[in-house]
Amino acid sequence: MSEYFSNIKTSATTIATGMAITLKHFFNAVKRKGDAGIDDADYFRQVDGLCTLQYPKEAIPTPPHGRYRLYCNIDDCIGCRQCERACPVECIAIETIKTTSDDLEACGKTSGGQQKRMWVPVFDIDTAKCMTCGICQSVCPTDCLYHTSVADFSEFDVKNMLYHFGNLSKIEAEAKKKKLAEQQAQAAKEKAAAGGAPAPKPAPKAAPQQKPGGAE
Amino acid sequence: MSSSPSLNTWSDALSGFSIGWFPLGLVIVAVIPLVFIALYALTYGVYGERKISAFMQDRLGPMEVGFWGILQTLADILKLLQKEDIVPTAADKFLFVIGPGILFVGSFLAFAVLPFGPAFIGADLNVGLFYAVGIVALEVVGILAAGWGSNNKWALYGAVRSVAQIVSYEIPASIALLCAAMLAGTLSMQQITLMQAGPNGFLHWFLFTNPIAWLPFLIYFISSLAETNRAPFDIPEAESELVAGYFTEYSGMKFAVIFLAEYGSMFMVSAIISIAFLGGWTSPLPNIGSLELNAMTSGPVWGAFWIIMKGFFFIFVQMWLRWTLPRLRVDQLMYLCWKVLTPFSLVAFVLTAIWVINH
Repeated sequence: MSEYFSNIKTSATTIATGMAITLKHFFNAVKRKGDAGIDDADYFRQVDGLCTLQYPKEAIPTPPHGRYRLYCNIDDCIGCRQCERACPVECIAIETIKTTSDDLEACGKTSGGQQKRMWVPVFDIDTAKCMTCGICQSVCPTDCLYHTSVADFSEFDVKNMLYHFGNLSKIEAEAKKKKLAEQQAQAAKEKAAAGGAPAPKPAPKAAPQQKPGGAE
Repeated sequence: MSSSPSLNTWSDALSGFSIGWFPLGLVIVAVIPLVFIALYALTYGVYGERKISAFMQDRLGPMEVGFWGILQTLADILKLLQKEDIVPTAADKFLFVIGPGILFVGSFLAFAVLPFGPAFIGADLNVGLFYAVGIVALEVVGILAAGWGSNNKWALYGAVRSVAQIVSYEIPASIALLCAAMLAGTLSMQQITLMQAGPNGFLHWFLFTNPIAWLPFLIYFISSLAETNRAPFDIPEAESELVAGYFTEYSGMKFAVIFLAEYGSMFMVSAIISIAFLGGWTSPLPNIGSLELNAMTSGPVWGAFWIIMKGFFFIFVQMWLRWTLPRLRVDQLMYLCWKVLTPFSLVAFVLTAIWVINH
């Protein structure tokens, strides 16, 4: 019997305690929790008030050294394709076209002064796949590929997560390809015309190799 | 039925008003509580509860639609109106459609005997309190119709739980109200309120004139939570384990009617507890010497204000409890009803009887 009454007493007191807590929070709703960061001494003291952040309007700033969205500074890219090979999830897709000798000037140099020898018409990063591991960033010889501090890049359509960084349009790329093919055909012809003597030795192999214009 | 000539004048005049054969006044008398339920359910019930629950949990609640989200309810109504009104093919169509109607009628019929101030009451029955307690039982039929008609196991579980709960809790609730009826010596809502009216304001209320009244007051309040399916007694709804209990299959406006019925009965039980123990439409302010605060804050309009405010206070307490306490288990619920509230209500009944005889 005493347990019966002690149960009633326990439930009454616990309900009163719980309701006092919720009522305290209800009246504290006139306050907002402060914006003290973890560095502030007041961080653990700001326990009262509303804590909802109305996200798109109010956001906690991301740290300037944050590593979130992958970005390629295509002006510095030399088209070495090391990032593509290093990426564990294959989120980077690159196509390169070798520059013709007269285009070297137009292709330009990296900010480090290195001569660029490749056009990069396609440099696609599938941000939806990227897991921000940073391996691509570490292998990049010109430091043109890095993670930025942009943390919110959500999209309604997953197709919009594919980011294009190429430095040539499709038409330009076609023109460059054609130019390169012409130059290589020209070089092959000249080579064949100039050196008749060395031709016989690798003749069976060399003839099919030259057709796609892959002589390096 | 009225004891003094001023009592119920407005409602009597309104119900006598008719255009030709058409009793327009009677329709208006019926529509006034309906409009009141709709307005209060939309503002205080839906928007207020969201905000109160949010503030109690350190959240903001609706903020996007209108300033501080005040148009949120309007957006909700538009959404509910657009929703397809689905009737499951395997459902018992008649019961399914009529269920929410019975539910709403059950809570709305009790408004007939609620005095909205000294001059306005739908029907001043001499068995008003008895009628109000009895008509709430109609909700059980509505819930059972909705749950059975849905042809869904969750809905049926919710409905059966609800019947077990509401039928059980009507016993302590009725005995607790019987204490108030015994103190007043009448069952008429206006007469019970008049018994608690006086120049000293809240000192005339049964809760403060009687040393035992707090016990039936508490018992009725706890039981009323169970009767309106409010937390912590919301096992018929049980959105976590039964999805939504007896209204799992409802959509669109039928769902809205079910919630309107819930908010209607929330106000009804709050008004009944204010009438039975807290003086209904009487002003809480006492006359202090020559400063006649009580006389200044009495009258038909003030009466409506006071009873609505008292009802709203108890609705706030219901919401406050809802966002504090977890849901009870079925066995805990039955334990509380049969082993705690019922014996205590009987004790309160006997003590009140002794007090009434010796006073």
